[in-house]
Amino acid sequence: MTDQLRVITRRMVEHPADSHTLARYEATGGYRQARRSLDMSRDELVELVKESGLLGRGGAAFPAGLKWSFLAPARPAYLVVNADESEPGTFKDRQLLERDPHQLVEGMIIAAVANEVHHAFVYVRGEYPKPARRLQRAVDEAYTAGYLGEGIFGSDYDLEVTVHLGAGAYICGEETALINSLEGRRGEPRLKPPYFPAAKGLYMMPTIVNNVETVSNLPHILEMGPEAYKALGHEADTGSFLFSVSGHVNRPGNYELPHGLTWRELIYEVAGGIRGGNELKTWIPGGASAPWFVPSDHLDLPITKDATAKAGSMLGSGAVVVMDDTTCVVRAAERIVRFFAHESCGQCTPCREGTTWLEMILRRIESGAGREVDVDLLLEVGGNISVGLAWPPRMTTICPLGPSAVSPIISITKYFKDEVLAHIHGNGCPLRGAQR
Amino acid sequence: MLPRTMSRWSPETRERARRILARYPEKRSAVMPLLYLAAAEDGHLTPEGMEEVARWVGLTPAQVQSVASFYTMYKRERTGRYLVSCCTSISCMLLGADEVLAAVEDEAGVPAGETDDEGVITVEHVECIGACGGAPALQVNYELVEGVTPDTARELIRWLRSASPEAVHTDEMQELFGTRRSFDWAVPERVGAVGPFPAFEPYGTTDGNP
Repeated sequence: MTDQLRVITRRMVEHPADSHTLARYEATGGYRQARRSLDMSRDELVELVKESGLLGRGGAAFPAGLKWSFLAPARPAYLVVNADESEPGTFKDRQLLERDPHQLVEGMIIAAVANEVHHAFVYVRGEYPKPARRLQRAVDEAYTAGYLGEGIFGSDYDLEVTVHLGAGAYICGEETALINSLEGRRGEPRLKPPYFPAAKGLYMMPTIVNNVETVSNLPHILEMGPEAYKALGHEADTGSFLFSVSGHVNRPGNYELPHGLTWRELIYEVAGGIRGGNELKTWIPGGASAPWFVPSDHLDLPITKDATAKAGSMLGSGAVVVMDDTTCVVRAAERIVRFFAHESCGQCTPCREGTTWLEMILRRIESGAGREVDVDLLLEVGGNISVGLAWPPRMTTICPLGPSAVSPIISITKYFKDEVLAHIHGNGCPLRGAQR
Repeated sequence: MLPRTMSRWSPETRERARRILARYPEKRSAVMPLLYLAAAEDGHLTPEGMEEVARWVGLTPAQVQSVASFYTMYKRERTGRYLVSCCTSISCMLLGADEVLAAVEDEAGVPAGETDDEGVITVEHVECIGACGGAPALQVNYELVEGVTPDTARELIRWLRSASPEAVHTDEMQELFGTRRSFDWAVPERVGAVGPFPAFEPYGTTDGNP
């Protein structure tokens, strides 16, 4: 059960020296599925991906085939691959870009053909120059081989691919902000409706935005067929899933696994348990935006989309951040809230002002200057960003960034209220000295 | 297109700008890559560089400035030759990033956000750079080093000063100053960054030739 799957990570594990080259990619069966897709209709391809049950791997877990089926009829349509991986704790797309970029290019060809796209983009975050270089080289190789450009694979289908570098803005991972950025604007999210990308996306034309890992799965879905792909996974969570495990575990890293194992298995078996034999205190199950889990309530829950949602959190981008018993939860929460305060685009008042307030209050508590009323104040400000502190959030903002900053607030006041109060009553962190 | 006499850019840079524009259906989309070009041309993003970008894409300088100011990687003030960006987000913080940042600040002799008197080192703290499995991590001119310690971070600063590398390479720095990585990096490469902008060249080609 805890054995890793080798689907999208197979080539890089079996051929570490050259898994990023065209020669190795083709020697291991690459680009056959892209060729095949040219003989298939849009309906066939959309249906195939629907049948596979593939869920988007960027964080929202939206069914990929359904997303494609929403594409409005106007043309030209565009495909944008979201490689703006920036959710704290997430580093899986970086590995896919660096180590197997042709897998992504082949997936892009399939997605382009399925959505009648003739110009596709990859938006790579600016802090990923090496992944971007590897991808650009793969794109160049594919052009030279005639797999991109005019008449790909000798057909009459044209496909251009442009690799675009971001410049340091987490919010551009939100698909409408990404589109604004790609249009040469500030990366501010657009209102949905009316700006659903499938209807009014890039240059106001129908646009599909898919994550790197999502697109990297496409050649495998075509190759093995939707039934076999589904069978790799666990019930509704089909296929494999890349977990990025970080923090206080003995073996951090990216792990390609099916859903369905328990958190205990992931943390203690796959990731080698907690460093130095320390106790597990809490973990974030799906990136900095997700509410935290605790051993007493969640360790034996199965890792599935539904079970995680029922327990009040999400698997998000698959980033598992593990914290041991030396961790000050106020400091951890402050660090996450600070991230969202820094990355708020500033359009919506609850987010722009609220995240900054939350950061300042947490900092005050952490420094030992906190007041009894600060706990209520955290919840009140949080409630102004995310109504009723509900999960999933009831938003007061254009995009989910603001409500994401509320997740650590909910977590520390729910599970670690005593520790928060101890900071206030004891003029600072009760764990000081215990931290390493 | 821009009359050649009006441009401040070298013929090579102008040729690259033309190639970048050709990669987008609408020229406004070229703003971001052209801003990097402008930064590379002047060492950082200057008002004149932004004006030049505005002319290439048909926007006003104010519009270009409004875009540039949204993104943290367009440095509108002169930085040191080496921009050292220390990640202090959650996963790096849990494994000692604050101590790494303090060591870098101490060795460089300046607090985060500032440049030393010699104009060699700029220190900044940044949010998550996607190196959480190799935390704590930092970047020099956006080239990554994973698994640094306060001691190896100090060594890195001293090395930048003494060796004064023309370009910094992620694989070389990882070899010298890094330990644990987020994943197996496999074969090293020797593409280096020469300033406070990402070494991603060539921008938007189709044939592998700049």
